[in-house]
Amino acid sequence: MSLSVDVKKRLGAFTLDVSFEVERADETLALLGPSGCGKSMTLKCIAGIVCPDEGRIVLNDRVLFDSEKRVNLRPQERRVGYLFQNYALFPNMTVEQNIAAGVLGVDKAERARRVAEQVEAFRIGGLEKKRPAQLSGGQQQRVALARIMASRPELLLLDEPFSALDGFLRWQLELELTDTLRQFPGGSVYVSHNRDEVYRMCDTVCVVSQGRSEEKLSVPELFETPSTLAAALISGCKNVSAAEPAGAGALRCADWGVELRTSLPVPAGCDHAGIRAHYFEVEAAGGSAAGAQGENRIPCTVERVIDNTFSTIVMLGTPGGGQIRYECDKGKWASLGDPSRVALRIAPEFVMPLVGGADGRP
Amino acid sequence: MDWYPLYNSVRIAAVSTVIVYFLGIFLANVVARAPRLIKGVLDVVLTLPLVLPPTVVGYLLLRVFGPKRVLGAWLLETFGIKLTMVWYAAILATVVVSFPLMYRTARGAFESFDENLADAARTLGRSERWIFWRVKMPFCQQGIVAGAVLAFARALGEYGATAMICGYTPGTTATVSTTVYQLWRTNDDAGALMWVMVNLAISAVVLLAMNWFEQKSKATDARGRSAHGGRARLAGGAR
Repeated sequence: MSLSVDVKKRLGAFTLDVSFEVERADETLALLGPSGCGKSMTLKCIAGIVCPDEGRIVLNDRVLFDSEKRVNLRPQERRVGYLFQNYALFPNMTVEQNIAAGVLGVDKAERARRVAEQVEAFRIGGLEKKRPAQLSGGQQQRVALARIMASRPELLLLDEPFSALDGFLRWQLELELTDTLRQFPGGSVYVSHNRDEVYRMCDTVCVVSQGRSEEKLSVPELFETPSTLAAALISGCKNVSAAEPAGAGALRCADWGVELRTSLPVPAGCDHAGIRAHYFEVEAAGGSAAGAQGENRIPCTVERVIDNTFSTIVMLGTPGGGQIRYECDKGKWASLGDPSRVALRIAPEFVMPLVGGADGRP
Repeated sequence: MDWYPLYNSVRIAAVSTVIVYFLGIFLANVVARAPRLIKGVLDVVLTLPLVLPPTVVGYLLLRVFGPKRVLGAWLLETFGIKLTMVWYAAILATVVVSFPLMYRTARGAFESFDENLADAARTLGRSERWIFWRVKMPFCQQGIVAGAVLAFARALGEYGATAMICGYTPGTTATVSTTVYQLWRTNDDAGALMWVMVNLAISAVVLLAMNWFEQKSKATDARGRSAHGGRARLAGGAR
């Protein structure tokens, strides 16, 4: 199983330029990026709904699109399943007819058999004669997946499958969809802007930023050691500073006015540093600013304390003028006794050297 | 009493509605997918008869199909078809006048069509023909039917262009609306009133049918919204 995508498309001022591969049949690749970064457009290129300007798309040794060889298979010929954000069920057809729409080129009995097979697999028995408008959001998603599976695709494309849902239902469906993806014999591409979903459901991730795809990472890599600014931000890193390498294993962080040591490799072109809000150690500064020296220590003033659902978020002023967001358990902050000055300590393995590239900070 | 005008009016409106129905769907589909500039120009041209006085439409039709004009003379010589002063000449008038109603309503329906549905069908392997007849037409059906009802009503009441292209001959070209005028002109007040009543009755029935379709489409619209994550789904935008 393999999918390789390398396409470009210009749309006014926006340029889509993505390239990635899904190598294994059981791999779920996430395209992670903010809204409007070109994730959905990429899926549409793979499905054949949108035609790229140039590039190549190959699925299991079948060339779906090749601008040089002038190959451009119609969506009908690509055998790619596409789960739309709004599920795109045909409103005039029953559940049964919707699923049957995915079964082609077989006789009536075989079609009925395949529909029944999917009805059972997605536990939508009893709903066969209903129309999409009579179903809940979760049932609609199941029917849409059943319809896709009935068409026996080689690849699954999922476009923000939970954006139309909320709360508890969303969580239930996530569990179900995880099972579906696991049982599906081909690879999948999962588009999302939600890092938590990606962390739980995907194996590999490709960050898309302003139409450009970055290097593919494993999901743990993205969260532990992102190497680009865009990847750090989309994976939820709240603190970034302009930075430059200052000798081996050290970064001079301009926004924070400190020099921090890092145990992570500093890539060429490194111009930012990132630290996640949870990874600081905090201690009350106790007024003696002179004593607040030492390695990877940032003396800060408390600017704002924000009560979050299950944690306390503290906005801190740094010597460089930039802010740092620190987050901890409510009890922990209370035990410090509402200080006005604190010192943050950060272990070298949590100081992430980042390449900002031309993108700059959003 | 002579019911010929009613029979004639209904047959003219029926034939014209069938023509306008297919022509309207076809052109609405073309315009809905056309690039912006062509769309703008076509839209003006196709909607023009809606705002033109029917007498202007009648004049233009006579300019084209009159027996002494190029096209009219050619039709008469080659096929022996005369397109003035015969009952079916009125079809020309009603087609032109009622076309914009069908076209605009159908276009509104096609433009509100959720293209994701077509794309979903394509990725499932379905042909364009299947998508048009099994997904797009049913989706837009209520808007299209409403357009056809409007076009029928308009064709039934057409007077100006009809009077110009086929005049008033009892038993051949007389329609309900031309009969009302003729009877009033000849001081047959009772006869005119009778035909006015017939006209009122027909119009009321057509409008009731319209409202029924609109309500039905609203109900489906509300249901459709929940099914499509808030996307406006149905026709009627142009009404």
